[in-house]
Amino acid sequence: MIYFTLFKVFFIIGLFSFGGGYAIISLIQAEMEYYGWISSTEFADIIAISQMTPGPISVNTATYVGAGAAGILGATTATLSLVLPSFIIMVTVAHYFAQFKDSKAVEWILKGIRPVTIGLIFSAVVFLAETSILNPDSQSGFSLNAIISSFDFKSTLVFLLVFLSSLKFKPHPILVVVLSALIGLVIL
Amino acid sequence: MIKEKIYESFEIFITFFKIGAFTLGGGYAMLPLIEKEAVENKKWLNREEILDMFAIMQSLPGIIAVKSSAFIGYKKAGIRGAFFAAVGVTLPSFLIILLIAQLLLSLRDNIYVQKIFAGVRAGVTALILVTAIRLAKSALKGYISILIAIASFILIVFLNVHPVFTILIGGVLGFLGYLKHK
Repeated sequence: MIYFTLFKVFFIIGLFSFGGGYAIISLIQAEMEYYGWISSTEFADIIAISQMTPGPISVNTATYVGAGAAGILGATTATLSLVLPSFIIMVTVAHYFAQFKDSKAVEWILKGIRPVTIGLIFSAVVFLAETSILNPDSQSGFSLNAIISSFDFKSTLVFLLVFLSSLKFKPHPILVVVLSALIGLVIL
Repeated sequence: MIKEKIYESFEIFITFFKIGAFTLGGGYAMLPLIEKEAVENKKWLNREEILDMFAIMQSLPGIIAVKSSAFIGYKKAGIRGAFFAAVGVTLPSFLIILLIAQLLLSLRDNIYVQKIFAGVRAGVTALILVTAIRLAKSALKGYISILIAIASFILIVFLNVHPVFTILIGGVLGFLGYLKHK
């Protein structure tokens, strides 16, 4: 039953989305790899599209993957399943707002989870780098030569350009996306 | 009475549809727009409530856009309000991706489209790295939290551990800290 599988996978993704946005990338990637619904490159493209279109990465991915797996009904199933945990959690919290806010135990648990989300975001960078700046057919090994040859020269240049300028000038993400698209069109 | 409820539901739906349609990228990018629409224009809640909501939301699982909408919708009209707010905020990205999915599939083999996406992929990777560094600077306080962050990175990237497990481990460690300090 594809609908049930979609429900299960995206409900879990929705339920375990901590840290928002980029932190969810690793989580979705793990599930997509397991079910083979979309390739790493396709997923990287969805993330790129998510920067240019309205809506969170997770919603965009759910809609795209659901549509690919089982048409419009699949897209609806996947998106609703993804949204459902957030809905339930927030309605519950809105109801018990005061008690939740002052709970010391909750505060400590969140203290433990916060650094994990940082680790999740750095993992997302590694995963994305594999499809965006590393050569697919690079040799393995840890010699300097192997490491250097595993990078695709031109896209690494784009990466470094954006990285250094973003660290310095904090441009708007949309501007970064448009500029990298233009650079890609010219030099890649 | 029923007429009022229908009007109110529609108003909530439209407000959040608008917020959903005009936020690029989702997440925290949505918050300024929510403040403008729900606090300033509609006065559904005040600034203090929004601040409390942000604080709680950051720490709860789920999608930030959906959570904030459902919360405000609930304040305004209970579960019905939460429902129309959540559907309203999700619908624009749902519709756009359905359209783009078709377009993307038909354009995937175009050489220029491929160049553009190759560029954007490299740029977005850099963008996320910058975000990660910035967040790490502000959120990692003390050597224990740095250790937890590095450990979860190694577990996921090199040992292929499912991210859900690292989140659970972080939660358990936090709870142990609570028991110790109680």
